Amino acid sequence: MIFGRSERGKPPVEPVTLKILVAGGFGVGKTTLVGAVSEIKPLRTEELLTEAGRPIDDTSGVEGKHTTTVAMDFGRITLREDLVLYLFGTPGQDRFWFLWDELATGALGAVVLADTRRLEDCFAAVDYFERRSIPFVVGVNCFEEAARYPAEDVRQALDLDPGVPVVLCDARDRESVKEVLIRVVQHAMAYAAARRETVTT
Amino acid sequence: MSGDGQGRRHWFDDEAGPVVRPYAMTRGRTTSAAQHRLDLIALVVTEQHAEDPEADHSLSPEHVDIVELCRDIPQSVAELAAELDLPIGVVRVLIGDLVDDEMVHVTRPVPPAELPDESILRDVISGLRAL
Repeated sequence: MIFGRSERGKPPVEPVTLKILVAGGFGVGKTTLVGAVSEIKPLRTEELLTEAGRPIDDTSGVEGKHTTTVAMDFGRITLREDLVLYLFGTPGQDRFWFLWDELATGALGAVVLADTRRLEDCFAAVDYFERRSIPFVVGVNCFEEAARYPAEDVRQALDLDPGVPVVLCDARDRESVKEVLIRVVQHAMAYAAARRETVTT
Repeated sequence: MSGDGQGRRHWFDDEAGPVVRPYAMTRGRTTSAAQHRLDLIALVVTEQHAEDPEADHSLSPEHVDIVELCRDIPQSVAELAAELDLPIGVVRVLIGDLVDDEMVHVTRPVPPAELPDESILRDVISGLRAL
C-alpha cells in the first residue's frame, strides 16, 4: 500500500465506519460477493484459536497441534471520504460461532447468501441473525446450473418472517451485489423504525 | 509446536497452557486495557506528535509499523491485522500499547446495539447507488 504523505500538520479525516456481514454456507460465494464490490482485493484476517476451539475440535491424530487459525475475509467500500463500509465474510464453519458474535457486534445488518441446491446450509445463519435481532436479507445466489425458484418459495423453505427481503442475485456481478447491499441498509432502516415504534407505543 | 505431540512439551507444564508463538510479540499478553474499545472496524489514527516512532526503543518493529501505517490514512483493526499478517488478538494488544503511549488513538465505531443515524444510512444507500 503506497500513499503519498499528506501535508504535515493536517490531521487525516476520521471516517465513520460501518459493517455488513456476509454469511452463508461453505462455497456459496461469500468471498466472491465481497470481491465484486470491494475497492480492495478481499483481505484475510486470522484469529488464533486455542482453548476456545478445544472442546469441539476433533484433533485426534494431530494432538501436537494446539492452535488453529480461522480466517475472515473482508472488503472495503469508501462511500465518501468520511464514510466507509466494510464487508465481512463470516467463517464458514458453524463451530466458530464465538467469532460471529465479535463480527456481529455493531453490524448494520447482514446478507445471508443461499444456494438453492443446498438451502439447508444457510439455516444456521438465518437462526443466528433472527435470535440476535440483526436485520438481514437473504440473497439467493443464482448459480447457472441451479434451478431457479421464485423468491417466495425460498422464503417458505427457510420459514422467514414476512418482513425479511429475499433477493435473487449474482454474487459475481457488481450491480447485483450493490442492489443486495442497498436492500440490507433499507431493511435495517425499516427495522429500526419498527423497533422505535414498539418502544414508544 | 512439536509435530509428534510430545517433543518439547516438557519445557512448560500444563498450567502454562500451550505456548503460542505470535503472542511472543506481545510478551505473552492477550489483553490490554484499551481493548474493550477495539472493534474490528475501529480506526487507528496516528497522533500528530508521534513523529519518529523508531527512536522509541520500547516499541517493537510491529508497533512502529502500525504507527507508520496509520499516519496518513486511518486503518481499521482488521486491515492492520491483514496488512501485518498477524492474528487480530495480537494486533489488538499492540494497538493497546500504542494507545497507552499516546502514539495513536482509536475512533469509536457506532456503539453496538445502536443503529447509526438514519441520515447516515441514507448516505450509505446513495453512496452505494453512486458506486
